[in-house]
Amino acid sequence: MTQPVANCPNCGAKIVFRWSSSVQTVCEFCKSILVRTDVDLKKVGQVADLPPDSSPIQINTEGKYGNKAFVVVGRILYEYDQGGWNEWHVMMNDGASAWLSDAQTEYALSLSSKVQNLPAVAQVHVGQQFTWSNQPYTVSVITPAHYRGVEGELPFQYWDKTDVTFVDLRTESRKFATLDYSDPEPALYLGEFVEFDDLKLKNLRSFEGWR
Amino acid sequence: MSAGTPPLSGPPKPQAKGLNCPKCGAAITLHSFGQAVTVVCASCHCILDAKDPNLAILQQFAAATREVKPLIPLGTRGKLRGTDYEVIGFQRRSTKVEGVTYYWHEYVLFNPYKGIRYLSEYNGHWNDISVCKTLPTAQIGGVTTANYLGETYKHFQSVDASTDFVLGEFPWQVRVGERAAVTDYVHPPRVLSSEKLDKEVTWSIGEYMYGREVWDAFKLSGAPPEPAGVYENQPSPVAANVTGIWVAFAAFAVFLLVLMAGFDMRAKKEPVLHETYQYNRAESKGETSFVTDVFELTGHPSTVEVKTYAPVSNHWIYLNYALINQDTGQAWDFGREVSYYSGYDSDGSWSEGKRNDVVVISSVPPGHYYLRIEPEADPSLPSIPYTVDVTHDVPVFGIYGIAFLALLVPAVVISWRSYTFERSRWSESDHPPMEVSNMSTSSGDDE
Repeated sequence: MTQPVANCPNCGAKIVFRWSSSVQTVCEFCKSILVRTDVDLKKVGQVADLPPDSSPIQINTEGKYGNKAFVVVGRILYEYDQGGWNEWHVMMNDGASAWLSDAQTEYALSLSSKVQNLPAVAQVHVGQQFTWSNQPYTVSVITPAHYRGVEGELPFQYWDKTDVTFVDLRTESRKFATLDYSDPEPALYLGEFVEFDDLKLKNLRSFEGWR
Repeated sequence: MSAGTPPLSGPPKPQAKGLNCPKCGAAITLHSFGQAVTVVCASCHCILDAKDPNLAILQQFAAATREVKPLIPLGTRGKLRGTDYEVIGFQRRSTKVEGVTYYWHEYVLFNPYKGIRYLSEYNGHWNDISVCKTLPTAQIGGVTTANYLGETYKHFQSVDASTDFVLGEFPWQVRVGERAAVTDYVHPPRVLSSEKLDKEVTWSIGEYMYGREVWDAFKLSGAPPEPAGVYENQPSPVAANVTGIWVAFAAFAVFLLVLMAGFDMRAKKEPVLHETYQYNRAESKGETSFVTDVFELTGHPSTVEVKTYAPVSNHWIYLNYALINQDTGQAWDFGREVSYYSGYDSDGSWSEGKRNDVVVISSVPPGHYYLRIEPEADPSLPSIPYTVDVTHDVPVFGIYGIAFLALLVPAVVISWRSYTFERSRWSESDHPPMEVSNMSTSSGDDE
């Protein structure tokens, strides 16, 4: 797979897409948000420096999910009234795109689902049950969140969002689901909670005073 | 944890952040990088917004509880289940039950990779707590239970927990005076808790820890406080499985029975003497003793059973026996009484004693033997017949009875201790055992 290469229309720095399906990236140097219109890049905005955060994960962190290796290529940072969390965009070695979230170091991996006929946000309430792919999910919390920033490559354009609503659904196992209402059409992500040690992460950040 | 090569445009290494309290100016260090949501000023007890670069004051609480001191000082690092953790926050919580306030303490532990974990302490009892990653299910029935990862937890108690005192950093919006509905379900050594604050329910799973384990983990000086009473999820010091002990006991009992049956079948039970003699008081002036015919005991040294029968009725007869080896002169002396009394009184008929007496002499070598018998009888008895039966190689079951008891006693003791421990545990719950519910017990009497 050849990696698409282009130059930042703002500062001219070289932009390499590690994931061929990336739609958006952020210039590492000038922090311009760049949207791909195939290989020509269009600057659509600029991100402020991301606030310091506590995630041990960073762009280029590598890990394993089951028998598949992945690398972190992008990130969306969200905030809600109890804190913040990251959705790390990861590229699996089979080319699939997935999301590794860390909310207070509770790690979960999820994939976009193609399930149709998702409920409208107004119809969802805590305790409600939904069944997708033969798995019942219970709505545990509805979180109004605020989009805080982006970094790296993303599979969609995500630069003009402000407030988004997420619906978290849990099961009796480690599986969970998230309904994302950031677009007019809801999106469903199905995934499971994972143990930090099982991810066998490499290229983690280091923290002063900790090994 | 090796960090590997730094990324090209990575941010600088996060480090503990130093700030100042906007109220009193005291230095505040944020140890948990970006994880803290609230931080408490240690000198003026302001609760500050850790997410705000200016540390906005969220609440200032009364100083009445300032003397509350964490047993593990904030900033202490320790190794818990193989992972390094730093104590970053501390809170005291309380609940009021029937006018009595109970206090417990919670410590927030932090590791930048593994995240947040908690330790709780109540009366010297500790729990290692983490947030559940899967959702437990609760069943409301005769006994309310909750199911988590395939295990059933029994409802222990539901309390209203309020936060009275906070110190350090918290990964949530902590406030003094905040009340949460806490429900505990137990499956010792674990406890499953649901904490309901506003509309949000958080489930956590705790595992009992002994104070000395906490002291070892955090290398604390001195000794941990002695635990008082029995805690809700404290593992019973009694062997984990009382049922298992009884299963083992039953297996041993069956084994003993088989062994008894085996020895009973192998025993020859060979009759060697059967005689009936007559006791006459008139004839027994002076020397009453006599000897029996000689009988032979063959084979290996074995038991000899001497059975005496006399048709006594409200009388006694006493026989001084000596079993004598004709070849060596070795003698076994023993006296046996046969007595039987019966009658009527205000309670009805009664009886005492037996007309039969059996004695077994063990380890008698083979050889030629005879019995010397010297009878004595009730002075009111002029004459009575009595029968003597000697049987060689009879099985002896007394030893099995002792073995049986030796096994039964510990099983009963363990069951009793387990029962009293569980009774102490549940006497503190919302479901006290019947006999305890009416008493005002101080727990721990049983230990």
